[in-house]
Amino acid sequence: MEELNNLMHGFSVALTLPNLGFMVLGITLGILIGVLPGLGGANGIAILLPLTFSMDQTSAIIMLSCIYWGALFGGAITSILFNIPGEPWSVATTFDGFPLAQQGRAGAALTAAFTSSFVGAFFAVLLITFLAPLVAKFALKFGAAEMFAVQMLTFCSFVGMSKEPPAKTLAVMALGFALAAVGMDTVTGTLRMTFGTTELLKGFDFLIAVIGLFGIGEILLTMEEGLAFKGKSAKIQLNVVLQTWKELLRYWKTSIRSVLVGCWMGVTPGGATPASFMAYGLARRGAKDKDSFGKGNIEGVVAPETAAHAAGTSALLPMLTLGIPGSPTAAVLLGGLLIWGLQPGPLLFTEKPDFVWGLIASMYLGNIVGLIVVLTTVPWWAAILRIPFSVIGPVIIVICAIGAYTVHSSIFDVVMMLVFGVFGYLFKKLRYPLAPLVLALVLGDMAESSFRQSMLLSQGSLDIFWANPLVAGLMLLSFTMLLWPIVPALKHYLRGRA
Amino acid sequence: MERSEDAAEAGMSNRWPEILVALFLFAIGIIVVNDSIRVGIGWEEGEGPRAGYFPFYIGCILLISSGWILFGALTRFKKAQPQFASWVELKSVMQMLVPLTIYIVAVVYLGIYVSSLVLIAFFMKVHGKFGLIATTLTAVGVPLAAFMLFERWFLVPLPKGPIELMLGF
Repeated sequence: MEELNNLMHGFSVALTLPNLGFMVLGITLGILIGVLPGLGGANGIAILLPLTFSMDQTSAIIMLSCIYWGALFGGAITSILFNIPGEPWSVATTFDGFPLAQQGRAGAALTAAFTSSFVGAFFAVLLITFLAPLVAKFALKFGAAEMFAVQMLTFCSFVGMSKEPPAKTLAVMALGFALAAVGMDTVTGTLRMTFGTTELLKGFDFLIAVIGLFGIGEILLTMEEGLAFKGKSAKIQLNVVLQTWKELLRYWKTSIRSVLVGCWMGVTPGGATPASFMAYGLARRGAKDKDSFGKGNIEGVVAPETAAHAAGTSALLPMLTLGIPGSPTAAVLLGGLLIWGLQPGPLLFTEKPDFVWGLIASMYLGNIVGLIVVLTTVPWWAAILRIPFSVIGPVIIVICAIGAYTVHSSIFDVVMMLVFGVFGYLFKKLRYPLAPLVLALVLGDMAESSFRQSMLLSQGSLDIFWANPLVAGLMLLSFTMLLWPIVPALKHYLRGRA
Repeated sequence: MERSEDAAEAGMSNRWPEILVALFLFAIGIIVVNDSIRVGIGWEEGEGPRAGYFPFYIGCILLISSGWILFGALTRFKKAQPQFASWVELKSVMQMLVPLTIYIVAVVYLGIYVSSLVLIAFFMKVHGKFGLIATTLTAVGVPLAAFMLFERWFLVPLPKGPIELMLGF
């Protein structure tokens, strides 16, 4: 049990008073960043990175990773109370979290979300501790074709599982991919769909789309019902917490499934966002009362939150062992390591054991600290909701505008935010799903490059997607998902003939 | 538009919004396919797929799916449609959308601080019926807090206009 010894040593590194202080500071900053739409985990860490250069490396990475945990927790607060996902991976949490809040069960929804996040993260850290070498070895075998197959599966799952019409799901997904393709092509350097304008050179950032579609779109939808803000108040009382915990025990199957999906997607690296959607879809498929999903089912909060945190945490595994970030935020952390002169990879474990095991130990501690901090401070974050909409509405608009601007310091992005906002409203009214659009925008470049790499490997032959059992299995599953909506129609047709 | 005098609230039907959004998506599809063909959708000998290789198929999916939605909307054209929103609801949305649009235009020309001050003051005074003191405190306080947080603490400059320039920032 060499890992256990290493871990104990890590705890002795992380469990100093200054480091505990940095943990609490990081978690609090992270929640703030996660709660404010537009200031995401990746963004927030990037902004705070320069502040840590003068700090001790281990303390710095502990604080930065705690900002990450805090942002993961914070995303759930706005999703449940405001129906505004602070982060793309909390989009799936809004499906059932917000209806729960509307029914006056915000406390239960938040407790479920935080606890599930904690459970997901905890198992992912266990995975990092004990399975790091094994999983890293497996992920090394992943080629471009396998990567594309995983992404394909994620997108096809949307068509198969969404409640919206399949044509609309496909249309917004393609729109997302098209928006992601705008700008300079990373492989050939060709300018695509920029039409000679400099504003379009850098393409569309998914953060702008998220702020517009969800933030501004939700404000317009709220206005439809007059000036009453739909956000719900949240007081978390101890007995609500205990009751919810008791209820959560019933969903152990969903939790295990979501942990597995999350760890898989985090390591491979599919990322936290697709993981949360897949876990939600699986929970809905497996449930007895499918209709209660989307109307306020605790299980619909448990599944995406567990998976998102499991994925967000296990995304650090390939980053540490291979130097491949599993999520945008992990990519920013990777940048930090490089600035400090640390080369992530297998050598890091032998050359800087204090650093690596201190970080891993801080993941355990950071999540425990995080759970306590969020459960105790939620009323404070949620106090914003007692302010009337005539105040909070324009303030949210100002925050969204600032958030949209700070992504690239571009005024064009602020204008785009408004355009996305109007479409967010139209899409919601016309039952176009928004999540596939955002996901396609996030993963568009990744999916394209893995597809093109596969094509390069096979010299343009699609056979590469059937070349081995792993990739063929993933592709087969993808097509099953894609064609799933046809099944009821086919059944109906056959029954009509008989 | 909608023959529903007996309905609780008259409003706009889904008919035209559905068709216009589908047409918009179809137009985007045409742009994507067109531009992909421009940069090349084929195989560059010795280099691999060209820049338009992947977006071309994306554009095709967009054309097919939005065409499908459009076809569905047109075949239902004469039938009764679900309501998009009532006129009262649309009026409320406009009450937000119009000031919001003016705000965004103002941000482009005046910077974010002055525009935000006016936006917050407008909503608090007109819709919230707040007193002068509360309105002034909030309208000045929020941009000031943003200034301290971003320009001073995070060192992220936000868009500024002629008025900030006059004050020496």
